[in-house]
Amino acid sequence: MYVLVGVFAGACEATEIHNEVRTKIMATTERPLSPHLQIYRPQLTSMLSIAHRGTGVFLTLGTPLLVYWLWSVGAGGADYAAAQGFFGSFIGRLVMFAWSYALFYHLCNGIRHLYWDVGGGFDIETVYRTGYTVLLASAVLTVVAWVAAYATRGGV
Amino acid sequence: MAEFTLPENSKIRDGKQHPKPASTGRLKQFKIYRWDPDGGENPRTDTYHVDMEKCGPMVLDALIKIKNEIDPTLTFRRSCREGICGSCAMNIDGTNTLACTKPIEEVEDEVKIYPLPHMPVVKDLVPDLTHFYAQYASIQPWLQAQTPPPPDRERLQSKEDRAKLDGLYECILCACCSTSCPSYWWNGDRYLGPAILLQAYRWIVDSRDESTGERLDALEDPFRLYRCHTIMNCTQTCPKSLNPARAIGEIKQLLVSRR
Repeated sequence: MYVLVGVFAGACEATEIHNEVRTKIMATTERPLSPHLQIYRPQLTSMLSIAHRGTGVFLTLGTPLLVYWLWSVGAGGADYAAAQGFFGSFIGRLVMFAWSYALFYHLCNGIRHLYWDVGGGFDIETVYRTGYTVLLASAVLTVVAWVAAYATRGGV
Repeated sequence: MAEFTLPENSKIRDGKQHPKPASTGRLKQFKIYRWDPDGGENPRTDTYHVDMEKCGPMVLDALIKIKNEIDPTLTFRRSCREGICGSCAMNIDGTNTLACTKPIEEVEDEVKIYPLPHMPVVKDLVPDLTHFYAQYASIQPWLQAQTPPPPDRERLQSKEDRAKLDGLYECILCACCSTSCPSYWWNGDRYLGPAILLQAYRWIVDSRDESTGERLDALEDPFRLYRCHTIMNCTQTCPKSLNPARAIGEIKQLLVSRR
């Protein structure tokens, strides 16, 4: 190891030089790339992480709908009725349900990220505990929000 | 841009089925990634059967037995057989670990073995670690001090300061963590990855090192450090039970607190 380090430290001030060498080696021998996503076991760590990104993208895509709904409130009359018609439809409610879950998941896991940012919760046991808590909390919050919404509305 | 599928020359085909041994013992099936640089063919997975009553307990024991008794062309790195050299790092049963410390019994069905993920393959289970080592060299992994050492003894360290290196100095640079990290898969050309960042932190917290500021400067970069999204695959997979994710978190905190 130390010999290797010495060789590399002497040979490359910048890793850019090495990247060039590496690219050349790769190009001449056409080495295959070992499998990654195809073979790596899905686990809570990576699945919650990709879900955080997925819900983030989904929330962004849903934001124009929120803007449309707010706009329709301002526009009133037929525009508001059209918006309500869409959001009240089965598809509309389904989208809103998914969006609300995404919101709560992203919120809860965001708090988990904040905890990491201040230096806590890095041991694997805690990672799993907070991970399952996020899954449970986001599901509960979604259900509570929808029960509250239907209760306010006075029925389905 | 991240490439989620394998390039054409890397797609894995079904390979040879080596016949079962004539023994009546408990047979365990092994499915192993093979690629021959001289064959001009795509990688394949070969299937072997090993009599567990005539084999040592670890995956490395089975690999050596296969190489000795069934197929001498099977190629892998190994040296210490006790988890201290890091040579036999590979992907076993879906996660990265050292073949020498992974009990075969922990794998319920067939034992699937691949090289460390998302790396150029030299042959069979041997990945090319050139880039990984170059990244290690780039963090200047040696003690840097401007003040001369005391003339009559070593540079001393308090017990508390020495304790800060626990959980860091044990890293054997096997590359299990870095090659388990999706961020390193997609951005490994510029992101240093968990192993190298843990090593960088090992020098940053060393009370005897006087280049802390320069070391932090070198890491304050959207790619080198901040491609870490706290996915935690690294800590989950480390065969030495170290915590690279925490080390990276500490570096991020140091960068914020020095502003």
